[in-house]
Amino acid sequence: MAKKYVNTTINGDQHELLCDATQTLLDILRDELDMTGTKEGCGTGDCGACSVTMDGVLVCSCLVMGVEANGKSIETIEGMADGDDLHPLQQKFIDHIALQCGICTPGLLIASKALLSENPDPTEEEIRYWLAGNLCRCTGYHKVIEAVQDAAREMRGA
Amino acid sequence: MRYEVPETLDAAVGLLASESGVAKVFAGGTDVMVQLHLDLIEPDLIVDVKNIPEMREVVEEDGRWRFGAAVTGKELMDNSAFNAAWPGVMDGVRLIGSVQVRGRATVGGNLCNASPAADSVPPMIAADAIASVIGPNGRRDIPLADIVTGPGQTSLVEGEIVVSFKLPKRPANSGDAYLRFTPRTEMDIAVVGCGVNITLDDAGSCIAARVSLGAVAARPLLVEGAADALIGTKVNDDAMEALAGAASAACEPIDDKRGTIEYRTEVAGVLAQRAAAIALERAKS
Repeated sequence: MAKKYVNTTINGDQHELLCDATQTLLDILRDELDMTGTKEGCGTGDCGACSVTMDGVLVCSCLVMGVEANGKSIETIEGMADGDDLHPLQQKFIDHIALQCGICTPGLLIASKALLSENPDPTEEEIRYWLAGNLCRCTGYHKVIEAVQDAAREMRGA
Repeated sequence: MRYEVPETLDAAVGLLASESGVAKVFAGGTDVMVQLHLDLIEPDLIVDVKNIPEMREVVEEDGRWRFGAAVTGKELMDNSAFNAAWPGVMDGVRLIGSVQVRGRATVGGNLCNASPAADSVPPMIAADAIASVIGPNGRRDIPLADIVTGPGQTSLVEGEIVVSFKLPKRPANSGDAYLRFTPRTEMDIAVVGCGVNITLDDAGSCIAARVSLGAVAARPLLVEGAADALIGTKVNDDAMEALAGAASAACEPIDDKRGTIEYRTEVAGVLAQRAAAIALERAKS
């Protein structure tokens, strides 16, 4: 099977690789680039654990072909903290204990960051609708909502 | 499996025509990727149509909207002029999947996946949308109601691609709406969906109507009897009663885990009334 050349930017760094069409963007991140922060949950776009942004748009990386990343800019959980300085959302997830097992957490953080970039002051209802595509089976959602609201307040400087 | 990204419609049609094995048209990928993951399909060729300009445009000319079949739900949601023109179509688009899914999923894909429960199809049928289709035998226009023929089945011939959708010019005092019933408010599949599109005259009488139902038959239905119940009335209680009766009468649903035949038939009438009430409000405002 002929592989395709892919030149993509991930968290600001350029990556060149060869992909075949059966590999998803999620496969590329985890298996080719060892960026295992992005998790696989369902593999069918229902759970949101594999959420990343592609050219600023929130997507499930399991529903994107690796070859589609060519020429695109991808943001993953590995790019969220600035060195040792956590992003406010990451810090607030810790402060509010908004995680237990952690499998859904990278996806929830990426999705929450995408929300706050579009809407810096979301209502609880807006947060709940936005995060409907991110399933958590242990923490429940209440602490996640509190963490996002708290991070939004801090990021607005309110 | 080969992956190709043609830049023109002619190139895409040529790729599909020259493939002797199984070829799949690929836009948002939110259905195709799932089918690949579950080994439901084993295509020899994937034709990604997202680099074809006509399939990615949203344009308005003299009150007539046209949008490419590979425009994503999010791109439509971000287009405020289109939202203002066709709020009922957008009611359906907004209900597709999650934020993540709408970032990729397209109305063209929602149509061609041919689920009887697809949320954007009934409001597009109610809107009297026309699909512009290209294939080995050239280009043709197909009314939306004539494309899906059964679960996973369409009237498209092999090698045809849905390129874009054309929506008619809207008369004054028009409004449309789509409602679906689901146990959960998000990330669910319609038990029943209903799109209503109406036009009123200056006195508030309904002079044109189209009603479409989803998830109550093997394909989305255009229900002319339900539209007839509204036309010539002020959309009063009697008309609403007749609308509900006609909508329920058109149902040929299945029993499944989402709802029984009796339940779907009853809910179709209720949803038709509620969607008509919203469409009426929008037509008046």
